[in-house]
Amino acid sequence: MTPTTAPARKSLFPYTIRVERRLDVPRWLSPAVSFGAIVVALLLGAAVLAAVGGDPWKAYAHIGKAAFGDIGVFSDTLVKATPLILTGLACSIAFRMKLWNIGAEGQFYMGALFSSAVILSGFVPKDAPRLVAIPVMMVAGMIGGALWGSIPGFLKGKLKVNEIITTLMMNYIAIAFVNFFVFAVWSEGGFQMSPVFQKAAWLPRLADYAKQIVTFRGLTTHAGLLIALAAAVVVWYVLYRSLWGYEIRLIGDNPRAADYAGINITRNTVLVLMASGALAGLAGMSEISGVVHRLQTAISPGYGFSGIIIAWLAKLNPLIVIPVAILFGGLILAGREIQPSGVPRLIQGIILFMLIASEVLLQYRIRIERVDK
Amino acid sequence: MDPIIILQAGVASGTVLLFATLGEIFAERSGVLNLGVEGMMLIGAMTAFSVTVSTGNGWLGLLMAMVAAGLLALLHGIVTIHFQADQVVSGLALTFLGTGLSLVFGEGLNKAGAISLLPKFTIPFLSAIPFIGPILFTDQSVMVYVGYAMLPLVWFYINRTRPGLHLRAVGENPTAADAMGINVYRLRYLYVMVGGMLAGLAGGTISLAISPGWFSELTTSGQGWIAVGLVIFAQWDPWRAAFGSYTFGALRRVILDIQGPQMLFGFPNPFYYNPYWGFFMQMMPYAFTIVVLVLGSREALRKRLGAPAALGVPYIRGERGM
Repeated sequence: MTPTTAPARKSLFPYTIRVERRLDVPRWLSPAVSFGAIVVALLLGAAVLAAVGGDPWKAYAHIGKAAFGDIGVFSDTLVKATPLILTGLACSIAFRMKLWNIGAEGQFYMGALFSSAVILSGFVPKDAPRLVAIPVMMVAGMIGGALWGSIPGFLKGKLKVNEIITTLMMNYIAIAFVNFFVFAVWSEGGFQMSPVFQKAAWLPRLADYAKQIVTFRGLTTHAGLLIALAAAVVVWYVLYRSLWGYEIRLIGDNPRAADYAGINITRNTVLVLMASGALAGLAGMSEISGVVHRLQTAISPGYGFSGIIIAWLAKLNPLIVIPVAILFGGLILAGREIQPSGVPRLIQGIILFMLIASEVLLQYRIRIERVDK
Repeated sequence: MDPIIILQAGVASGTVLLFATLGEIFAERSGVLNLGVEGMMLIGAMTAFSVTVSTGNGWLGLLMAMVAAGLLALLHGIVTIHFQADQVVSGLALTFLGTGLSLVFGEGLNKAGAISLLPKFTIPFLSAIPFIGPILFTDQSVMVYVGYAMLPLVWFYINRTRPGLHLRAVGENPTAADAMGINVYRLRYLYVMVGGMLAGLAGGTISLAISPGWFSELTTSGQGWIAVGLVIFAQWDPWRAAFGSYTFGALRRVILDIQGPQMLFGFPNPFYYNPYWGFFMQMMPYAFTIVVLVLGSREALRKRLGAPAALGVPYIRGERGM
């Protein structure tokens, strides 16, 4: 022990932590930070699972196996991913204009309601071929969703009413509305479901072609996936290659500049929320036409809400929405069997939290420097 | 359908909204929008019920509900105040997180059975006032009276005290507040947490007093979101918040009770004979929230009222502008 003149705290921690604003962001950093955020989120989720007495590693291994283990379960994962791609796109296009549409859930239900209505009311005749029935259902579903999106859009555009609250309230209204039709109008024998649609109103499944291609036997993936993939390309093209997309992005980044440039913000607010609703409505159509084949209650385990997280995780890029939706599809599919039942929701919440918290790393650089005198 | 009984129950049900709305007013007045009220209320309801089941002490349950929801709000504070993340997205994340946590930790609680609830009592003399007495002061939960007491205190605190002035300054013009020597960051953390604790209190009030029990997400069924809407309708004013909260509480009760009786005001009750109309009644609180927001925004446009100027804007010390 030799006496020293230097202050004690210097020898304990001879570093300073400096936080400085980044001037440029390297291309690799953003995906790396997102990936890191997901890893941290899964670790935190594991900690919570362990705290309630579960075995987190077993749970994660189960999710991995039950969602991506073989072609059969992966096909089921794609079934879950189909509506998620569409709701993810719905949220992406609205969020790009900084319109917080958290009503994709309700728009999904209205899409399901409208596309059921054209079948159950007999608007599409029973003997109409599939090539007529499916497109009519798609249009009806998109109209249903767009109509539901247009109400908050109009209120926001014309009256400056906060769209976050209105879109959310419209969810509850849509679900009660669908319940009314399921119970009071189209109930089959008093049960909470409508009669099954005629076969022509079903989106074809891979399994339907098992006669020609044997590997398709038992695979539930349906043509809604193709609709969703096509929608992703269309939304990408509209957002990044069209004049309208340019307007949307400009309003989102700088509404004042957009206003000076003569862009009609009110009209775009209504249109974007309608487009967003139409995409979510298409998700509803795809789900009832491709999976349940009838209208019933509780058709969505929160697809509209997961769409919010998917959009954010994909950085609002329509093409990245696809792989992210597939990951979330796996989580929702496998999560159904995990107890307690709130686990998928919890993990989604932690992922979103970590993601937005991690974005600070994109703006700031944290430097640890040795202090030398 | 005794109107007195419905209004009495409506005041009780409105108390929940009152706590949540007052909490959100604190947070938003300091400049931080917290959309996670629904998640914080669920955590509060679950924690209060769970602690009360295991300890038998409702007061401890209520306290822990406030602590749990306050901690959740602290997360929102860290992410939005220090990391300058988008307050809307962070609030949504908080809703997911709170809902998920309460579902995971509340698993099996719905089978927990009966617990001792917070006490109910009648206030002597005041309950004798005609009409008002039976509605406001007769056989109400202690939490309802806490609400009555809290309301003027909150108004006085925000509008007539020095800390309240600081709170408003931080939300209206943080740069000026900082120049005055107010610690903007510290105050925002404080009021975001106060908001969370009041949301937790609202949740605990549901599960321990107003509609006791734990029914997973149905425990709150969107009341947290209605509270966020009411703050806008209330123009960030506690008295208007109280008016909105109690009106909504009464509306909820009317919807619950209207399908019961066979006769309504001497006429056959259409809701009794058409039970499916109940679905439209279920929509009412949500539809009414939208109507109220439209009315509020029209008034705001006309009178040029508005949100706290710095609401939703992160404060970065040493940078110009807001």
